[in-house]
Parts: sequence; structure tokens; C-alpha cells
Amino acid sequence: MAKVHVTTSINGEPMEFLCEPSDTMLDALRGPLALTGSKEGCASGDCGACSITIDDRLVCSCLMLAVESEGHEIRTIEGLAQGDRLHPLQQKFLEMAALQCGICTSGMLVASDALLKKNPDPTEEEVRFWLAGNLCRCTGYDKIVRAVMETAAEMRAQ
Amino acid sequence: MNLVTNNKWIGQRTIRPDGMDKVTGRAQFAADTTMPGMIWGKVLRSPHPHARIRSIDTSKAEKLPGVKAVVTSKDIVDFPIEKGAVMLGIQDMRWMCRNVMARDKALFPGHPIAAVAATTEAIAAEACALIEVDYEVLPWSIKIDDAIKPDAPILHEFNKFDGKPSNIVGRLEHKKGDIEQGFKQADTVIERTFTTRPVHQGYIEPHACLISVAPDGKTTIWSSSQGQFMVRAMTAYLTGIPQSDIRAIPAEIGGGFGGKTIVYLEPLATLLAKKSGRPVKMVMTREEVMRATGPTSGSKSTVKIGATKDGKIVAAHGTFYLQAGAFPGSPIRGAAGCSFTPYDIPNLLSEGFDVCSNRSKVAAYRAPGAPIGAYAVECVLDEVAEALKMDPLDFRLKNAAKEGTKAAHGPVFPRIGYIETVEAAKASPHYAAPLGDGNGKLRGRGVASGFWFNAGGESSAQVNITEDGNVVVTTGHPDIGGSRAGIANICAELLGIDYRRVSVIIGDTQTVGFSNLTGGSRVLFASSMVVTQSTEKIIQTLRERAAKIWEIDPEAVKWENGAAHPVSPNAGQFEPLTLEELAEKAPAMGGPIGAGVQLNTQGADGGFGTHICDVEVDVDLGIARVIRYTAVQDVGRAIHPGYVEGQLQGGVAQGIGWALNEEYIYTKEGKVDNPGFLDYRMPVCSDLPMIDCIMVEIPNPKHPQGVKGVGEVPLVPVMAAVANAIYNALGKRFYALPMSPPKVLEKLDEPVQQAAE
Repeated sequence: MAKVHVTTSINGEPMEFLCEPSDTMLDALRGPLALTGSKEGCASGDCGACSITIDDRLVCSCLMLAVESEGHEIRTIEGLAQGDRLHPLQQKFLEMAALQCGICTSGMLVASDALLKKNPDPTEEEVRFWLAGNLCRCTGYDKIVRAVMETAAEMRAQ
Repeated sequence: MNLVTNNKWIGQRTIRPDGMDKVTGRAQFAADTTMPGMIWGKVLRSPHPHARIRSIDTSKAEKLPGVKAVVTSKDIVDFPIEKGAVMLGIQDMRWMCRNVMARDKALFPGHPIAAVAATTEAIAAEACALIEVDYEVLPWSIKIDDAIKPDAPILHEFNKFDGKPSNIVGRLEHKKGDIEQGFKQADTVIERTFTTRPVHQGYIEPHACLISVAPDGKTTIWSSSQGQFMVRAMTAYLTGIPQSDIRAIPAEIGGGFGGKTIVYLEPLATLLAKKSGRPVKMVMTREEVMRATGPTSGSKSTVKIGATKDGKIVAAHGTFYLQAGAFPGSPIRGAAGCSFTPYDIPNLLSEGFDVCSNRSKVAAYRAPGAPIGAYAVECVLDEVAEALKMDPLDFRLKNAAKEGTKAAHGPVFPRIGYIETVEAAKASPHYAAPLGDGNGKLRGRGVASGFWFNAGGESSAQVNITEDGNVVVTTGHPDIGGSRAGIANICAELLGIDYRRVSVIIGDTQTVGFSNLTGGSRVLFASSMVVTQSTEKIIQTLRERAAKIWEIDPEAVKWENGAAHPVSPNAGQFEPLTLEELAEKAPAMGGPIGAGVQLNTQGADGGFGTHICDVEVDVDLGIARVIRYTAVQDVGRAIHPGYVEGQLQGGVAQGIGWALNEEYIYTKEGKVDNPGFLDYRMPVCSDLPMIDCIMVEIPNPKHPQGVKGVGEVPLVPVMAAVANAIYNALGKRFYALPMSPPKVLEKLDEPVQQAAE
């Protein structure tokens, strides 16, 4: 059982790791890469708690093989803030109580960031459909949707 | 009552102390924790709903390279049934020891049979497959009707009901007046039977733990739970390790809603760690969570309500049969005790029946039992109001419980806020708004009310002033929805300092006094009481210290805006001494400043809510959508309004799921057929509208900040409010949940079918 050597980029940093051919990207992130911000809620792509981007495309890291990251740009929740400066979405989630237990929060933020990059002025309906792949059982989504809309408005104003 | 007024922090939407870690992905949940030398545990589970275990052969598994330990029920402390109940909170250890590992019989598909620890998760899973179990497969039942048939397969032969072995394992009743006499006075009597299906709490974080047992027995548990003290005690009971040797450290918890108030993995991982000499990590898959952890009960309820033509309820009778799953303990108290409680009914009989059947043992789920009871009661109330041609809110107002009303479950109410919730709902813009045009879809509006007991109980806090004059508060209950933010607000308010100077920590079992579970809507009520008393002790110390420095009487010193001041010019002219200055002088002035309080907190007032729901039904597809929702609740006092609203909105979302889509579906072999998030349809973002909240604040006079529990009431009225709205839209009433598209279409087709017959 030989492990596979993978060379990739994670949150802008060159990175190498070893994994089983069958390991998911989520296994690699949470295991050898020690980036546990991405969470496993279902392992079937239904909860979105493990959301990351690969070359700016939003994916569930539980549905992607770790070896598929070879030569690509991976971004995770750990790369959202710039040093000690939070991303505006992170700041707004805090200010507007858009998290309760926090287990879905990483995935929600990564997915929301991907949305705003694609569509800086989403309607409420667009936010709701974009985030439909990210389950939250605590908040009822109300405050999350409001935080995303408000962040979008502030980012547009800047 | 000594309410703080002109608040600086209480009532403010401050940023929660644990928020930064959670938005940056740094927060440590149980599955995020690792340890040097750690190995992995996996559970072998029963494929059968009901089977006698003749033998278990683990020899092949033990020989597999990489396997470090195997445990079966022989390794778990037995609590013999005939020796009587061994209660830990509401859990009986006789059932708990059999639930964590099947003893003589497997009672549901997913029931643990054995557990293995190995160097990798894959080897542990492979070893599980090598364990040979000789089962004698037995007949089984899942539905209540099947489980209470005279010839039903009996799960527990020791249990007798009416003198015969039975799956009815408990009954309780609440009684008031004489229902027969009451119904004689009624002009309108309506009786209906309702069923609900089991639904899961659906927390996004699966159960997980990491456990280290040193050769001397000293045990450290990192796990996700609603109570580290519960984890410590149950693990101690089931493994035989003394509680004093177990340190249970609360990881951040990724949702619970009652489902993490019991243990599943911890005793198994502890025994595997002890046997192997290695730290053991166990994480459930989503499928294991769905199959083997506690959903709440499915139910069958019959409710009969009689009212006079002027709109006064004169009698009511409720019979609530709830599924307990494999072991006794369904929430009949919540169903029978809460569902009629918003009303002043002179003649009442409310009965609950606890029924075992071959599905996983139920666990608490947000106001356990109360939403099931309220669904039945609030739907019948709607029918009675309609029969009497009364507005449903007016009908509720006319019969509302208030100060002095004796509730059927015992208490005579103090000042409560139920009427205020109905009045606020009636006065809301939502209730006044027209339903609007559905563009081909049918629209309807429904209302419903709900009650939950709320709870106090044991709580401990320690408040320490740091050498630089800041504050560390340690309490003993996991923060599941923002309680740290409320505690920081209160402590900062009392000390008169910026809330950012207060750090709030959830202590582990060996560093803070006993604190009961996060559950029952008790945490902010209880923890803010002990934090308040601890902070008051500190303020007393600070006044004494200032008095000593100024050489005046402590009574002549007041604490204000974060500093000691002379009470008046007569006390002497002194510059204020701030918290920082007093902290700096502490070594010379009596030593460290800190205070702790342990209490069995009392005086939790019940919580009431009234909800308004608008739906739109697509009659071609059978899809009912909630298009507008308003939750009104008496929250006592909103210490952090953002997180109070969050509780209301989250509870409503769960209720909408329960009403419209969520259910356990079983195969004909008795196995759960939808054990994942794809087929177990929890509401996603695009299923829901914004959820409006109206917080009515009637402060609890028995709490220093007026706090009432808020977390559970929001789920109680939802299914009835949705059902009443769908009735309003379609003119057809549903007597079973969920009201999912196939069921809606079936209902819409009813007259056609009848015509065809």
C-alpha cells in the first residue's frame, strides 16, 4: 500500500503531502495537513461543512480525492482572513450573530465568499439558492442570509 | 427584584467571546482533536431490529495486524434489571449500559455489538467485519400500533402493563376537575387522532471523542456533549473508573438540541483505551448518527376538546402515545404536561404512554415531547375556534392561562407572559397583512401557541480578577448557542467595565464545580445566577479593599463604572480606585481576588410563545412552502438579543422541517431507509423565508436579570401553526406529519378517489 505524493498549493502556500489514493481532500486537510477548519458533517456532499475552493471553484472537499489537488490552488477557511485582518464576511458573521454552534460556519463562509466573488450583488433568493448546499441546524439561516447581503452591500460601497 | 437598568451591556448585541475562533476555523470540536500515539475505534452494529445474541466470537478480529483492543458487553459494567433503577439525571443506568452495547439482545438495527480499536480507521472497520455473531432473529415492531398489539413481540419481558408483558413501559397522567362533567357542559366537542413520525435532532457535527487512559486509570476525555459532567458520570458508571479519575474536557459542540445529553461512544472508547494502553479516537459517520443515536419519538395522540358557544373551553382530554425506542424513557412528560398548559381549562385529563419498539432509544429533542403534544392540541383548538366562528387568537385569549391559573402539571402560575404573546401576535404587522395573491398557488395562514417548563438546577461558576485587572469567568456548561456572550454581558454590566475585558471559559470537570447539562433551556438562567452572585462577592471584596486603603468603612464605598468611589463627600474625598488599580495592589492588600458560587438554582419560569405562519401550496406538485413566519415569545429578558432571536429562528426552522419533510422512513426489514442528509430532508436555506421575531420581555422576578429560558419554546408551536396554515389554504386538515409532497397530493386527490369508488 504505497502512499501518493501530492504537490499542491493551499491558501497561497506551496504544500506537499502523502495520502492514500482513496483519501478525500477532506481527509488530507484534516489529517496530514492539520487544517481542521473544514468539518465533516456527512461525507456525502450534502451538508457543505467541508466546503473549499479549488482554483476558485466551490467544492465539497469530502467529494474530491486528495490526489486531485495536484498542481491546483486550494483555499480553505484558514485562508479567508489576511493575517490578523478578518474577511468582511467573517466580521459581519460576528457582528450579526450569524453563527450559533459554529460547526457549519467554516463552510458557510467559504461558500459565501465564492458567491460574492462571482456575484457581488446577489438578491436574497440568489443567496438562499447558492447556500442551499450548506446545512445549518441552529440559526434558521435568517442571520446568515442577512450577513451575506450586508457584507455584499458594504464591499460594493468600498 | 433588583434589575439593572440603564444597561451598558445587558441587551446589547456584543460579539461573542468564542466567535473569532469559530469564523476562522480554529475552534476545537471533538473530531478536531488528536494525541500522540492515538488509535481509532469503530463499532460493530446489529443488522437486525430484534435478535437474541447467542454468542460473539472476536478471535479473528483480535488477530488482525493493527488491532489493539476489542470490547463487548462483558467489558461494560452491568446494572441488573431486577436490582432496580440506578438513575443519573433522567437516565437509568440499567438501560444506558444496554444501549451503549447490546447485552443479551440486539434491539434495533445499529445497536452496538462490539467495538474495536486499531492503528487506522480502516483496519478497525475491517476487524469489525471479522467478528462473528450468532443471532437468533426475533419478530419486531416499530410503529406504536404494532408495538401495543396484544401479540406484539415484547422487547423487555420483565416489563408488565395491566399484569401482562407489554411494550407499554410507563404511564403518567395530569388531572384537574372532572372531564365527564366538563364535556357535558360543552356545546361543541371535537376529538381527533394525530400521528407524527420520528425525527432526528440533526446536529451537523456527528458524535466524536478522544480518550486517554493512563496505566494508573487517570482518564482524560475530549468529547462533544451537552454536559461534561454527564459524560464523566456516565463513563464512570459504565466503566467502573471513579469519577475523580476522569477529567472530561468539553470540546466545542457542533449542535445538540438535546441529542447530546447522553453518551454513546465515550464508555466504549474509554474501555478500548484502557485495554490497548493507547489514546482512542472515535467519530461516528452520519449514517451511524441517523441509525443509532436518539431521534425523538414518533407518536399517536388523541385530543378531545369541549367548549361552550361563548368560546370557553370547559373540558379537554389528551392521550399521548410516544415511541421510546429500544429502552424506556420517551418524553411523555413534555407531551402530557405542556400541551394544554397555555390554557385555563377547569376539567382536564392528560395522559402519556411510553412505548418501546425496535428503533434506537430516543434522546431529548428541544422541549422533548411538547411539540408532539402541541401539534395535536393546537390543531384541535383551531377546529374548535372555527366551529365557534371565533378568531383563533381571540379564542386563545379567552382561554389563556395567567397569574393564578393552576396548571394541570402542578404549579399555580406566577406572573407569566402568555397573554402578552397572543396580544403581540394579534397586533403584529404580520397578522394584519393580507395573504396576497399566490399566483396560482393557494395561500393560508395559521397560528399556534406553545409552552415549555424551563429549568434551573445545578450550576457552578468561578470569577477571577487577573493581575492586570481583567476578568476570567469559568462556568460548567457547554456553550451551544452563544451563552458565553450573555455571561460576558452580565459580568461586564455588574462590574461596570467593557465587556471585552471579560473572558468566558467553559471549565472541565476537574476545574469547576458540578454543573448540570446544557438542556431544558436552563443554561443562561442558571449560569448567570451563579455568575451574578460570584461577581457580587468580588464587588464586595473590591469595596473592602478600597475601604482599607482609604481607611474608611466598607459601607462608605460604592462600586460604580468599574471603580470604587466614596458613597458621598461625607465619607471622605478620595480619587476613585479602578479595577486595574485594585488588582495591581492585590498582593499587598489581601491577595488574589476571586469568588466562586455553586447553587441548585431555583425559580425558572415557564416559557410561552405564539406563532403565525403563512404557507403557499402548489397543488400540482403538492409542495407546501412557508412564505412568512413570525415567532412571538416571552423571553423574560433578552440578555443578548441576537442570540435570543437565533434561538427563535432556529427552533422555527426545525419545526418547519418536522412539519413538512423530515421523517424516519423504514424498510420492510425494519431498517432506517434514509440515514443521510440527502434523503432525510432537513430544511436548506432556499426552503425558508426570513423568520421574524417579536420578543416580549416580562422579566422573571426570581432571577437577578429577569432571565427566562428561551431555547425550547420556539419549536413547540411550529408544526401546528404550519398545519393550521395548510388547512386554511386547502380546506383540508392533516392528521399526520410530515405534510410532504406525496402526502399533500394524496390529500388533494381524496375527493377524486371517492368519486372513482
